[in-house]
Amino acid sequence: MSKAEDKAARTETRSTWLLSAPALVLLLFAASGPLIIMLVYSFLTPGKYGNVIWEFSPDAWIGTILSRDIFDGTYSLADAHLTIFWRSVQLSLLTTLFTFLVGFPTAWFIATRTARTRALLLFLITIPFWTNLLIRTIAINQIIRNEGLLNTALLSLGVIDEPLVIIYTNVAVFIGMTYVYLPLMVLPLFAAIDRFDMRLLEAAYDLYASRWQVLRRVILPIVKPGVIAGSILVFIPALGAYVTPRILGGGRNMMIGNFIELQFGQGRNWPLGAALSVLLLVIVTVALMFYVRAATRSDSNG
Amino acid sequence: MVYAIEARSTRKVYGSGSFAVTALDNVSIAIRKGEFFTLLGPSGCGKTTLLRMIAGFETPTSGQILLNGQDISTQPPNQRPINTVFQSYALFPHLSVRENVGFGLKMKGRPDAQIAGTVERVLSLVKLEAMADRKPQQLSGGQQQRVALARALAPEPEVLLLDEPLSALDLKLRKEMQVELKRLQLELGITFIFVTHDQEEALTMSDRIGVMSAGHLLQVGPPREIYNRPVNRFVADFIGETNFIPATIAGGVATVAGGARLAVATDAPTGDHTIAVRPEHVRIGAEGDGALPATVGESVYFGTDSHVHLTLADGTAIVARQQSDATGAGVLAEGSRVGVSFADGSVQVLED
Repeated sequence: MSKAEDKAARTETRSTWLLSAPALVLLLFAASGPLIIMLVYSFLTPGKYGNVIWEFSPDAWIGTILSRDIFDGTYSLADAHLTIFWRSVQLSLLTTLFTFLVGFPTAWFIATRTARTRALLLFLITIPFWTNLLIRTIAINQIIRNEGLLNTALLSLGVIDEPLVIIYTNVAVFIGMTYVYLPLMVLPLFAAIDRFDMRLLEAAYDLYASRWQVLRRVILPIVKPGVIAGSILVFIPALGAYVTPRILGGGRNMMIGNFIELQFGQGRNWPLGAALSVLLLVIVTVALMFYVRAATRSDSNG
Repeated sequence: MVYAIEARSTRKVYGSGSFAVTALDNVSIAIRKGEFFTLLGPSGCGKTTLLRMIAGFETPTSGQILLNGQDISTQPPNQRPINTVFQSYALFPHLSVRENVGFGLKMKGRPDAQIAGTVERVLSLVKLEAMADRKPQQLSGGQQQRVALARALAPEPEVLLLDEPLSALDLKLRKEMQVELKRLQLELGITFIFVTHDQEEALTMSDRIGVMSAGHLLQVGPPREIYNRPVNRFVADFIGETNFIPATIAGGVATVAGGARLAVATDAPTGDHTIAVRPEHVRIGAEGDGALPATVGESVYFGTDSHVHLTLADGTAIVARQQSDATGAGVLAEGSRVGVSFADGSVQVLED
């Protein structure tokens, strides 16, 4: 490489870095900063009034899965914590699955309309984003509560004799999350289906595939990137969901998000809250790695 | 005789009321087993609609489609032993060449070992063994074309439909594939139904050609017959180049402007009609002696031959194709007066 070329390359590298600097600085402080604080706090001792005392302690980390008996000091598995974790994972997986089952036909329908109808439908899909999540969740509450719209309607129609108890159950949280996260599934699915070459459908039908086989062998493998993106976009926020379980699940059906909030609030155990946050992050990261790897592998096997 | 494919007064109308468009109007056709049959016509003539009906992607508005004498009009495509090579190839981008070719057999539920064997055999037929593990995007246009062909052949269909499969290839590759396709068809003995708007492609490959226009089937016959005995002006004009000359026909003689008399078939319709003569059948000689007087216009040199533009006495423009000679001595000067005659049996009387 000549000297001039060398210099040009160096200048280019420098300007690349300079141009990315604002983004990098923002990322460093806005993303890594809080993470590092969380990580540090998780190894400190809780203070009496909800702050931290700068004294190393592994208690918070032990406390995430074990609970210490206050009388004899023995450790046992923290059932309550595990139940909350398990409920969160279960509800998030169910939400992801259900938003996919509802979102896929929706996205397919939109993608196969004419350009004008399609623009209108996509616009309609995004409308819920205009309203505050809290208000939308309270609206769901109004619909499914014991004296709500749903029960009133079903009772007056004589379909049921006494109100369905949905509110403050896992089902209520599930309904709420499916409603809230559905657009996040539909949009990436739409983007993937929109790129799908519909002529492949005829080719598959021509080659003796049944409708189910066309879906399973041709459509799904090809729109898989959209399925993966949608699942990630739904699963991650669902796992950390806070408002929805709070309003629709009542106090009893806590999810990780609420539990963490509790530690920073009434619980006055910031290190435990911090440790739980970091743990949540690790779970999500590991789950995603496995998911993406499994998804890409099955792709190469057809 | 039981035909491989038969269409009986098949109609296809899209839309309804005043928006109805007739894509196919009462087309009846019978395609023999093991035949290389070409549907030829300009775009929008209904040839693709007919092909899609045979494949099962469209159902006839009225009429029937028969396979080996059985009515299959309402059978879905995945139940017909008929496969298609699509114009866009429509290869599955997520599957390797091997998996693409094996797709049909896999959907039919054949055991893996049998699929592997057949795929291997079909891939060697189209000379793509070395590409078996690649993805379609990694192949050239010509190779993709052959994968599409192999994929349609692998399930051993009774009829293979080819929807302008060569149109995306460059000229040289197209010529190669024409030969290749013909060879495969002879080797496998499968009925091929080939759709094209390229008349040369149709003439070189087909056993028989069906010429279509505006939803109608105009003429069916072997390439020579279609070329030499076109039934009407459209067929004569669409296939090859033709000179149209107005003439009055009576008793096997056509009289053209200027009084020249030409022999035509004795059963030709009488009255004022158009006669058609191919440029290669136009002879240029000296004036007089019953020849049509003409004035030489521009000559266009094509290498093996030249197209000589001529104007007849009544102003009708015709073209003669002249073989080139090595010296260039035969070149006619523009404006010179010559006599034009036509080769024996080359004059066709057109009914419309």
